[in-house]
Amino acid sequence: MATTTAPAPTTQRPGTNGANGTLDGKCPGGPIESHWDHYKAEIKLINPANKRKYQVIVVGSGLAGGSAAATLSELGYQVKCFCYQDSPRRAHSIAAQGGINAAKNYQNDGDSVYRLFYDTIKGGDFRAREANVWRLAEVSRNIIDQCVAQGVPFAREYGGLLANRSFGGAQVSRTFYARGQTGQQLLLGAYQALSAQIRAGGVKMFPHTEMLDLIVVDGHAKGIVVRDLWTGEISTHMANTVVLATGGYGNVFYLSTNARGCNVTATYRAHKRGAFFANPCYTQIHPTCIPVSGDYQSKLTLMSESLRNDGRVWAPKKQGDKRPPQQIPEDERDYYLERKYPSYGNLAPRDISSRAAKEACDDGRGIGESGLGVYLDFGDAIKRLGEPVIRERYGNLFDMYEKITGENAYQQPMRIFPAVHYTMGGLWVDYNLMSNLPGLHVIGEANFSDHGANRLGASALMQGLADGYFILPYTIGVYLSSEAGKKLPPADHPTIGTVRKEVEDRIKRLTSIKGKRTPSSFHREIGLMMWDKCGMARNRDGLQAALKRFPELREEFYQNLNVTGEGGGANAALEIAGRVEDYLEFGELMCFDALHREESCGGHFREEYQTEDGEAARDDENFAYVAAWEYKGTGQNPYLHKEMLEFKKAHLAVRNYK
Amino acid sequence: MNLTLKVWRQKDAKSPGKFETYEARNISTHASFLEMLDVVNEDLISKGIEPIHFESDCREGICGTCSMVIDGLPHGGQPGTTVCQLHMRYFQEGQVVTIEPWRAKPFPVVRDLIVDRSSFDRIIQAGGYISVRTGGTPDANALPVPKQNADLAMDAAQCIGCGACVAACRNASGMLFMSAKMGHLSYLPQGQAERSRRALAMVRQHDSEGFGNCTNQYECEAACPKEISVAYIARMNRDYALASAKEMAGVE
Amino acid sequence: MSTAAAAAPSRPNPLAAFYASTIGKKWIVALTGLGLIGFVIGHLLGNLQIFLPPDYINTYAKKLKDLGPLLWIIRFGLLGIFVLHVVNTIQLRQRSAAARPEAYAVERKKAASKASLTMIISGLILLAFIVFHLLHFTLTVIPTKDIHVLDPLGRHDVYRMVVGGFQNPLVSIFYLISMGLLCMHISHGFQSVFQTIGLRTRRLSGPLNLLSNGLGWFLFLGNAAIVLAILFGLVK
Repeated sequence: MATTTAPAPTTQRPGTNGANGTLDGKCPGGPIESHWDHYKAEIKLINPANKRKYQVIVVGSGLAGGSAAATLSELGYQVKCFCYQDSPRRAHSIAAQGGINAAKNYQNDGDSVYRLFYDTIKGGDFRAREANVWRLAEVSRNIIDQCVAQGVPFAREYGGLLANRSFGGAQVSRTFYARGQTGQQLLLGAYQALSAQIRAGGVKMFPHTEMLDLIVVDGHAKGIVVRDLWTGEISTHMANTVVLATGGYGNVFYLSTNARGCNVTATYRAHKRGAFFANPCYTQIHPTCIPVSGDYQSKLTLMSESLRNDGRVWAPKKQGDKRPPQQIPEDERDYYLERKYPSYGNLAPRDISSRAAKEACDDGRGIGESGLGVYLDFGDAIKRLGEPVIRERYGNLFDMYEKITGENAYQQPMRIFPAVHYTMGGLWVDYNLMSNLPGLHVIGEANFSDHGANRLGASALMQGLADGYFILPYTIGVYLSSEAGKKLPPADHPTIGTVRKEVEDRIKRLTSIKGKRTPSSFHREIGLMMWDKCGMARNRDGLQAALKRFPELREEFYQNLNVTGEGGGANAALEIAGRVEDYLEFGELMCFDALHREESCGGHFREEYQTEDGEAARDDENFAYVAAWEYKGTGQNPYLHKEMLEFKKAHLAVRNYK
Repeated sequence: MNLTLKVWRQKDAKSPGKFETYEARNISTHASFLEMLDVVNEDLISKGIEPIHFESDCREGICGTCSMVIDGLPHGGQPGTTVCQLHMRYFQEGQVVTIEPWRAKPFPVVRDLIVDRSSFDRIIQAGGYISVRTGGTPDANALPVPKQNADLAMDAAQCIGCGACVAACRNASGMLFMSAKMGHLSYLPQGQAERSRRALAMVRQHDSEGFGNCTNQYECEAACPKEISVAYIARMNRDYALASAKEMAGVE
Repeated sequence: MSTAAAAAPSRPNPLAAFYASTIGKKWIVALTGLGLIGFVIGHLLGNLQIFLPPDYINTYAKKLKDLGPLLWIIRFGLLGIFVLHVVNTIQLRQRSAAARPEAYAVERKKAASKASLTMIISGLILLAFIVFHLLHFTLTVIPTKDIHVLDPLGRHDVYRMVVGGFQNPLVSIFYLISMGLLCMHISHGFQSVFQTIGLRTRRLSGPLNLLSNGLGWFLFLGNAAIVLAILFGLVK
């Protein structure tokens, strides 16, 4: 496949592992259906007695990190697990509402591994790696078995068997759920498995501890520097391999559905130490969130996509129609998703639904005070099924909506608007889930691997658990066996002290500026700019303006930041400042990637590249690759490494949900 | 709206704490209680005063991180509401609001309103799980679970581990939390194998952490943001006694 | 999987462990409480014979006395139950006080009943009352009118003793207050027993509360009726 020029040079750099200046995902050959089975059979095994000699650091305790730490410990590895929350049970996976996909075909509606694979590839707008996605679809079935055995109370039919619901981007019903709290229940399953291992002594848990840097010794990731958020103590931890399961970077937008504490620091610091960051511009805007109500707002709340099973999305046909929704007659409502995408209707994928909402609002037909919102209407469903059925299905979501807005969605439609929700981009990894930096594994949302340019609903939970329970525990052995017989760097290795010193100096720098602006005020400014220039729709001018602004903002940050208190003890202002410092660089990388990708695909919509009817215009000839960026210094253009994407099983096609 | 806040400030676990008074100005009634505190904190930082330390994360009532007692009631006392979901429309102009940390010996104060709830984690570690290894599990549909039991398990499993039950209890008892996990697992067929062992281990851990005992006042249920029923405590009491009896009799 | 077993300390004696645990102690308090409630009901039913001619209650008292060694077994049994109830309650209360070393500046309650919040106080006053009551009518060491008279059949005239005892208004008021506290104590205690021994379900909680309150009122009204009837001269 030919490539054309991109804004950054494409050259063979140290650390690039493939031929011809491209990255190699190291996928096994042969037919895709048997890749994983063959690969597993061929992976070098480490005997149980030797596993005890290997130490593994897992950063993050969400679905990916928690399940990986528990499983690795079960296998016999010595695990240290870190999370910034005060307990591993609170990782943000807990907030996932709707469900988890699995190709179980319990509904007998024609589901299969192939269909889940194809839906995921197509949903991702043909920007994901086929081999990984196939493997994901394959192990999805084991996940459900595993979770049920752990006691996850999935919804059931009266006959006692598992219930399913449908989700966006699929025409089969393959989503397993536990009311509107699926993420919570899956996370508690992983947390309980982890707890058992902590008790057994296989995992040492470090809660309220944030990773601030990666220690790379002789080109291999061998440790981390962390800060205890309660005592302020800085410490270093060394291991044979480091696993990052630190989630996504959605909080670069300040307002997102992510938890307040979610941040990019771990992955970005690893990036600065040599790990390539892939496709940072792929961000998912979730179509059904509660609209912003004021500038004090600290986060956005998602209303599960599952609501679109029964809710109908509409906007008034007339511009500036400010009548209450009940007074707008049926024929003056535009059920735009049903109109534009008749075969998927209200279950069109997230990126498409979000853009359609934006379109309606840009057209002056948005609802609510701000005009930034559309309706999600349950009137018909309540008429058809009755309120008790709707309450049974979505009661907790309706309650949550009422708590936040003070409105009763059984009586009037919900007001919704898209919000940043998930980030498909992340650190680049190969088939083994190892980054280009040897010894650094990256799993869950923190890696880039499975969702391409857009993630389908109920697939994040699937990927996190697939990586943690069923993939990494095998593939980590590939690296570890190659390290057999090698000792950990000694505690007095000069690199350890150097990295630690750098972290301490950074904290000192932040606390000693004592300027006028709060860390959060910088964060809000970055967020607004990112939403404006690198949000639901992007264009060259906007991105260039943002790229120009970042260095200025950084300069102001280092001159005018105000962090109260010192590094010792709990210091909320310092925590935020450290994270914002990384957004100030990372946001630039995102814009850079968005500018370079001169096409529209999935969550990346470039206004210059759209079809006549406003759909994303993909450019497979020039951009069917993963853009993995190498850090070259703050303010310097990063280097682009390409991993070419080949589609042998799912043939490249225009994504059509009409 | 404007409010006066009386907030517990405590530098760290060892230092003594005291109440400080702050003014919250121009707060939107649409803001959440924590967003109101964010605004106050921004103001404090600009004045060079260290912000009020409190924990929060998801801000949608599911992670269980946020924890503070507002005017004597954990999470502010609105039914089924965590403090991050508590909106300012429930407060009145000019109101004086007292904010305190959870008070319990097993929840020592870390700073200001932050308390250490790791005792909850240790209760789970003692036995709040089903011991299965990854892989090698039977097909998910191999074992049907009556819908009613699955629902009862889910009602209990909704616990977010915030600790409001302990904070509300005059005895600082952790029994609603503990019984929710036991209830969740004991309603499922998968949880039966370890049911007795779990009951014994968790209760012993609970006691050794220094939690108090339940005096059946049901404040915990009223304070629980997930409205978990005290019926699970009754079930736990039964399970624990049965498990003890089996242990005494040597029934395996 | 070797999980909890690996880290668990050496196995405690199961009975001792049960007795030492919060829930174990609660079971003991609940079961002894249930026994004491049974006694209080029986006691009241016996005493209501005061509304019948004196022969009834005197015969009843004689029958009890004639139980001989059995009476002592019952008495010691009751004492044992009582001591277990009190000692375990006090131990639990100490434990709970230690679990909440620092009080809230603002105290508010949403669900707890007055009765439940005052169990220790009502319990301690009842303890004092019971000591007095035993001194009064059982050991008969408190100077009271007609305390040692015999009835026409030569038996201890319990009827005269009771009537004489409650003709003293101060004594009667103390009894009435104590019966009020007993009512509160039992109105919380009775339904609480079912919660503690694991028989209170969501559906049963309403009926059990009703039953518990009803029992409390029954005991109060029954006992108060005796005192008041004598005080106001309806029973002479």
